[in-house]
Amino acid sequence: MFKLGSKKTDGTVLKQKTLGSRKTAARDNGDLAPMLVMLSPFLLFFFLFTVLPILSSIVLSFTSYDMLSAPKFVGLDNYHRMLVNDSVFSITVKNTLVFAIIAGPLGFLISFLLAWLVNEFSPKIRTVLSFLFYAPSLVGNAYFIWKVAFSGDSYGYINSLLLSIGAITEPIIWLKNPTYIMPIIIIVQLWQSMGVSFLANISGLQNVSRDMYEAGAIDGIRNRWQELRYITLPSMSHMLLFSAVMQIQSSFSVSAITTELAGYPSASNSADTIVSLMSDMATVRFELGYASAMSVVLFIMMVATRLVVGKILSAVQK
Amino acid sequence: MKLKYLLQKSSAGKAAVNRYTRSKFGNFMLFFILTVAGLFSTLPLVYCICTSFKPLDELLIFPPRFFVQRPTIGNYMVLPDLMASLKVPFSRYLLNSLFTSIVTTLFYIIIASMAAYVLSKGRFRGRNTIFWAVQFALMFNATTLAVPQYVIFSKLRMIDTYWIYILPQFASTLGVFLAKQYIEGYIPDALLEAAKIDGANQFKVFWSVVMPIIKPAWLTLMLFSFRDLWSQAPTGMIFTEQLKALPQVISQITTGGTARAGSAMAVTVIMMIPPILVFLISQSNVVEAMSSAGIKE
Repeated sequence: MFKLGSKKTDGTVLKQKTLGSRKTAARDNGDLAPMLVMLSPFLLFFFLFTVLPILSSIVLSFTSYDMLSAPKFVGLDNYHRMLVNDSVFSITVKNTLVFAIIAGPLGFLISFLLAWLVNEFSPKIRTVLSFLFYAPSLVGNAYFIWKVAFSGDSYGYINSLLLSIGAITEPIIWLKNPTYIMPIIIIVQLWQSMGVSFLANISGLQNVSRDMYEAGAIDGIRNRWQELRYITLPSMSHMLLFSAVMQIQSSFSVSAITTELAGYPSASNSADTIVSLMSDMATVRFELGYASAMSVVLFIMMVATRLVVGKILSAVQK
Repeated sequence: MKLKYLLQKSSAGKAAVNRYTRSKFGNFMLFFILTVAGLFSTLPLVYCICTSFKPLDELLIFPPRFFVQRPTIGNYMVLPDLMASLKVPFSRYLLNSLFTSIVTTLFYIIIASMAAYVLSKGRFRGRNTIFWAVQFALMFNATTLAVPQYVIFSKLRMIDTYWIYILPQFASTLGVFLAKQYIEGYIPDALLEAAKIDGANQFKVFWSVVMPIIKPAWLTLMLFSFRDLWSQAPTGMIFTEQLKALPQVISQITTGGTARAGSAMAVTVIMMIPPILVFLISQSNVVEAMSSAGIKE
């Protein structure tokens, strides 16, 4: 319907016509050396402190390793044990998936929606509102307030509120009840993980060119919804992918919140996630080989999700 | 000339202009809803601040109250005494924390942005592979990485030195990913070509064309990086008292049971001030002025 210089600013379209395709323009440069110089500091540390540990963790997943004696190669034993014999693991997989499927997309949508709305205001108001939504990630591990709020006796904030308005007659033991525990943790997770995606989206919105909006108005965009659909979202595609990846990362890795609120193990494992089980294996039971195998399986799940989400996002943008 | 024109174009749109007028009432309602949602999300912050002003009997009261009834600054006043009992002057810990957080954040922004620039605009074999590695590394849970990392740190003799605070942050993939997405989204190739035609080399292009445009991205990165570094307490990595940072010392101050709960909260509140300052700096005109100066150059 609207052809607004595809994803780039109109300046680009103009220049591309005169310079030819970007490939021919870029190929004839002798810029390889400075490029590599700029890349190398990160690459060095990335390899040393991230890639190497990940590779060793993958290797460890095929061993039995208690951190005291040397790792012993056991082939696929860890994987066999996890996928066939460990009934707790399958529960944690289920919990993690439920969690990721609900909290991930919700967090993604809310963080974009909030950023979009907040960005409409003048810089001063925008700063204040941004601060309010960024605050939860400032306080770090402040889940304890939720613990007080959802406390199981009649003195918990929620219980005493519900009791006083007569909605319930006796206190609900929120954090020990499998029915309530998942929704509660999803809410807390959404609240806590908003900061990164929200701020990334805000920063993205600040660079959507004003010319695009003006051009859009000339081309017949009539209201904010059309503007969102045909200008803002396409210009934001890269930031949206970033925030989607962050949501995948955080929603699959929930563990501190559940451990803090519901304890580990939680009532009939109803809130245990892969990472909380894995942390237990790695730091309490010292079964590092087994924990590494879980890490690998979780990694595969997340990568698969990332690929699917990438497909969905690019399909939506067409 | 062309370059300047393009620069202005692509860095336009700082504040949203009122393009379609919404009714005043609509604006007010939107503001109202956002404020209510925002206040809800700041409840824990408010709770911390309230608790830090509670006298001892209110801390112990049952049922616990959210707001403070009779505020006192006693929890803050005892802090100097608590600090006096430390083995090393408090200022040393503060200096360690400030030094490592600020220096590391600044260097990390540059390192990550450079890498992001190369990964999005460089044309060489293996570029995509590296970027996928960066993205996938984000998804590998850190729990099982601690032991291999510790081995690497000790092989490099980083244990019990300042380096343990600084170097691991440079491997963080989040910043590279954020900056890379930002560069791909908002820096057209034509702009870089124009800069090169004007005679700028790659470093110059990066520093005076790319960095100013991606300012919103690195400001965001500054927030995250500083916040994480400020609160980091690498366990089992630092043994020399002179090298410890605030978070490690704070756990010493605050382990004193309920009697010190108020002071513990007071310390928590004080510890939140620097990240809040960084937030305000990132939103203020100071940085705005700095980076638009870069464009005019």
